[in-house]
Amino acid sequence: MKELTELEAPGLREQLHWFELDRRDFLKLCGGGLLVCLASRPALAQRRREGHELPKEISAWLSIDANGKVTVFTGKIETGQNVRTSLAQQVAEELRVPFNSITMVMGDTDLTPWDAGTFGSRTTPTMGPELRNMAASARDLLAQEAARTWNADAKALTVADGRVTNPKTGKSLTFGEITRGQKLTGAVESEPALTPATEWKIAGTSVPKADGRDFVTGKHKYPSDIVRPEMQFGKVLRPSGFHATLVSVDTSAAEKMPGVKVVRDGDFIGVTAPDLLTAERALAKIQAKWNVPPQISNAELFQYIRSHPEQDGDTQRNQSAPAQSSNVNADVKLDQHYTVQYIAHAPLEPRAAVAEWQDGKLNVWTGTQRPFAVRDQLATAFRIPSSKVRVRMPDMGGAYGGKHTGECAVEAARLAKGAGKPVRLVWTREEEFTWAYFRPAGWIEIRSGVNRDGKLAFWEFHNYNSGGAGIETPYDVPNPITQFHPTEEPLRQGSYRALAATANHFARESHMDELAHALNMDPLEFRLKNLSDDRMRAVFQAAADRFGWGREKSTPQRAFGIAGGTDKGGRVATCVELSVDPSDHRIHLLRVVQAWESGAVVNPNGLRNQMMGAVTMAIGGALFEAIQFKDGRILNPHFSQYRVPRFSDSPKIEIVLVDRKDLPSAGAGEIGVVGLAPAIGNAFFAATGTRLRDMPMTAGG
Amino acid sequence: MADFRLNINGKVLPVRADGQESLLSVLRNRLEMTGTKYGCGEGECGACTVLLEGKPRRSCRVSIGSVAHSRITTIEGLEHDGKLNPVQQAFLEEEALQCGYCTSGMIVSATALLREHPQPSEKQIVEFMNGNICRCGTYPRIIVAIQRASKSTAEGSRA
Ligand code: FES
Ligand code: FES
Repeated sequence: MKELTELEAPGLREQLHWFELDRRDFLKLCGGGLLVCLASRPALAQRRREGHELPKEISAWLSIDANGKVTVFTGKIETGQNVRTSLAQQVAEELRVPFNSITMVMGDTDLTPWDAGTFGSRTTPTMGPELRNMAASARDLLAQEAARTWNADAKALTVADGRVTNPKTGKSLTFGEITRGQKLTGAVESEPALTPATEWKIAGTSVPKADGRDFVTGKHKYPSDIVRPEMQFGKVLRPSGFHATLVSVDTSAAEKMPGVKVVRDGDFIGVTAPDLLTAERALAKIQAKWNVPPQISNAELFQYIRSHPEQDGDTQRNQSAPAQSSNVNADVKLDQHYTVQYIAHAPLEPRAAVAEWQDGKLNVWTGTQRPFAVRDQLATAFRIPSSKVRVRMPDMGGAYGGKHTGECAVEAARLAKGAGKPVRLVWTREEEFTWAYFRPAGWIEIRSGVNRDGKLAFWEFHNYNSGGAGIETPYDVPNPITQFHPTEEPLRQGSYRALAATANHFARESHMDELAHALNMDPLEFRLKNLSDDRMRAVFQAAADRFGWGREKSTPQRAFGIAGGTDKGGRVATCVELSVDPSDHRIHLLRVVQAWESGAVVNPNGLRNQMMGAVTMAIGGALFEAIQFKDGRILNPHFSQYRVPRFSDSPKIEIVLVDRKDLPSAGAGEIGVVGLAPAIGNAFFAATGTRLRDMPMTAGG
Repeated sequence: MADFRLNINGKVLPVRADGQESLLSVLRNRLEMTGTKYGCGEGECGACTVLLEGKPRRSCRVSIGSVAHSRITTIEGLEHDGKLNPVQQAFLEEEALQCGYCTSGMIVSATALLREHPQPSEKQIVEFMNGNICRCGTYPRIIVAIQRASKSTAEGSRA
C-alpha cells in the first residue's frame, strides 16, 4: 500500500507531447524499451534514479557573508504554503541569528542541492530537520573557530544573536567577523544536538511572511512576470481533443505575418511574436485538422473505472472486489459505495515559463513544484546533459499538487529554440483547465460490520483509481481489508493536494456516520469508541469542545456534522454547521471548526492560514467542483463554468491548533482538506435523513 | 499599431500598440508593470483589477483604445512616498495572503470598495469582492483585513 501512495505523488503516466525528433532518438537510446517506459508510471523510474546523495558539506546549504548575512540554499519551493518563512525560522533558531538576516535561495537547479520536489507535505518533516542540522553544525563550527582564535574551550562559549561570546573575557565576534565571507568548511557526519521545541524562540512563533511587502505592492516577480531581453511571446496550437493526431495543417497565413515565427516539430506547432496579441492572431490563422479518437465521458466514468483494471497491474489488483469479509458475524452490516469526480487544481497563476538559450545552455524560469525533475525533463526533450539546463522557480501563484510537471517549460524552450530568442509562454485559463492534469476520479466500496456495543467487527475498503493516500482506517478493527485498484485512466491524472486522502476520508467518514446512525449512537461517541490513537482522539475532542458538539439536536435550519482523519503525520477533525434550504435542498455552510495537530508548530499564524485555506478549497470539491468531459474535450474549461469557492461560499472558520512540542513537526499543507466534505455530508444527513455519497454533493451546487 | 499616451498612476506613459490590445497585456507585456495579474482573461477572476477613474475594472476586458483618456491606477500606484495605503497595510498585518497571486486584484478592488463605502458591512464586502477569486482560500482573512483598513482609515481621518 505504502508504495502505491508514494507512486502516485509525483507521477503522471502520460507526457503531453514528445517531439518527433526526440522520439526517434529516444528509440535509439532505449531500443524496444520505449513503450514500456511510457506505459509504466514515470515515478518508478524517477525513484530508481533518486540515488542522489544529499551534500554533507555545510557550504552547500548555507553561507554567511562578512556582514553576517546568511544565505540558505534549498531545492524546495514556495507557492503560498509559507515554507520560505518557516524554513528560515528554523535556520535562524539553530544558527542563533535574527530571522531577517536570512535569505532563502529556493528551487534553483544551479544553486541549490538536488531535491525531489515540494509535495507530500515533506518540506517540514524532512527539509526542516535537514536545514536545522546544517545550521546547528554551522553554529558549532563558528564557536570552534572563535575558540581557536581566543585559545579558549569552545564548549565554554555562548552563541546568540549572530555572535560568539566568551563569557569569561567578555570578548565577542560576530559570525561575519569569524567567516569573513569564507566558505564554511565542515561536513555533517553525525547529527548535532538540535534545540528542543520547548526552547524555541524564533521557530514556533508567528514570524510574518518573508517578503510580504513585495506581495502587497505588486513587486514580487512570479514566473509569468519574468522579462528577458528581446523576449518574444509564445502560443501553442492545441489539438481539438485528447489523444488527437494531426491530419493536416496550413501555417502559411501565420508565417506571412511580420515578426511571427512558426515553430513545428512533429505534432507540436507553436508561434512566437514580439507581442502577445500578434501571437494570438497568428495562432488563430493556423488551419489544422485533427483526428480525435472516441473517448468516454462523465456518463460512463464510474462504469469505466470499475471495468478497466490497469493492464500492467499485478494479480492482487483484480477488477472486481469480492466480498471477502462477508462471512464475519456482526449485528449490523453495511455495504455502500461512494464516488468522487475529476477536479482541477486551477491555480490562479496558470502554468508559465520563460525560456532562453544561451551558448548551448538552456535557462528556464517556470512555475513548478519539481524544478530538478523539470530540468531533467528538459534535458531529455532536447537531448542535452542536465548540466546544460538551469531551472529557476520564482515563488509562484499556487500549485496544490498541480504543478509537478514541466510541459509548459518544454514548450517554451522549444519555441525559444525555434525563434532564436527568449520566449515567454503563459497558458490560458482554458489551456490550464484542459491540458494540465486532474485529481483522479474514484469509486470506493466499503463493506463493514458493527456490533450493538458500538465496536467495529469488520472493515473492507476498495478504492478504484483515485489512489492509496489516507486509505488505511485509523479506527480499531480486526484484520481490515484495504485495497487500492489502479485502473486505466480516463483522463490525464496526477497529484492533488492530499491526493486520494480526500476521497478515502469522504468515503470512510461518511460510512462511519452511517454506522453510528444505524446503531442510534452519537457519531462522535461512536468514533471515539473505536479509536485508540490518542492524537486522533485529542483533535476530535478539541474540535468538538470548541464547536459545542452534542449541545443541540440537528434541524434543517441548523444541522451539525463531524469527521476526521489522519495522513502524512497530521491529525484533523472538522465540525460543520449548515442549513438546508427546504425548497431546493441547497446547502448553506454556516460555520466550520477544524482542529489540527501536526507535532510542534513552527509558525502558528502561517499554519492557521494554511488550515483556513484548506477548508475553503475543500468547499469546492465537496459541493460543486467537477470536470465535465466528453469525446476527448473538457466541457467546462472556464471559471464561469467550473465554479470555484468565492467570498460568498466562505463560512465562519475557526481553527484550533493542538501544538505538540514533544513531537517532530509534520507538514500541514495538505491534510487540512480532508475533513470538510464528509462533515458536510454527515450534517446534511442529520438535517434531512438523506445520505449524500457522491462528491461533489451537488445538492449544494 | 497606434501611439497612445496613457495616464497611469499619475504619469503619462507613451505606448505603441494595437488599439484592440487589452490594457492588461499592455501593462504587463509592454510597460513591464507586472503587478497586475492574468488569471483568466475572461473577466471571471479579478486578478487583473485596476482602477479606471477610481472605479474597479477588469483590465483583461478593457481595450487600450478605450482608455486612452482615462485615469488608470494599478497596484503599483497605491503606495505613496514609501507608505502603503491602508488596504495594503492591513493585508500585510492580517497576512491575508498565501501565494499572493490574487493579492493585487484584491487590494485594488478593496481600495475601490472603501472609497465607495468607507465602513462596509460584511455583506457589502462579500458582494463587492465576490468577483475576485483567491484559490488559496484566504477569504476570511481578506474580509478581516478590509475591516481593519476601514477602521484605520476612519481613525486616520478623525486624528
Ligand atoms: S484576468 Fe481579468 S478577470 Fe481574470
Ligand atoms: S493567495 Fe493564492 S490565490 Fe489568493
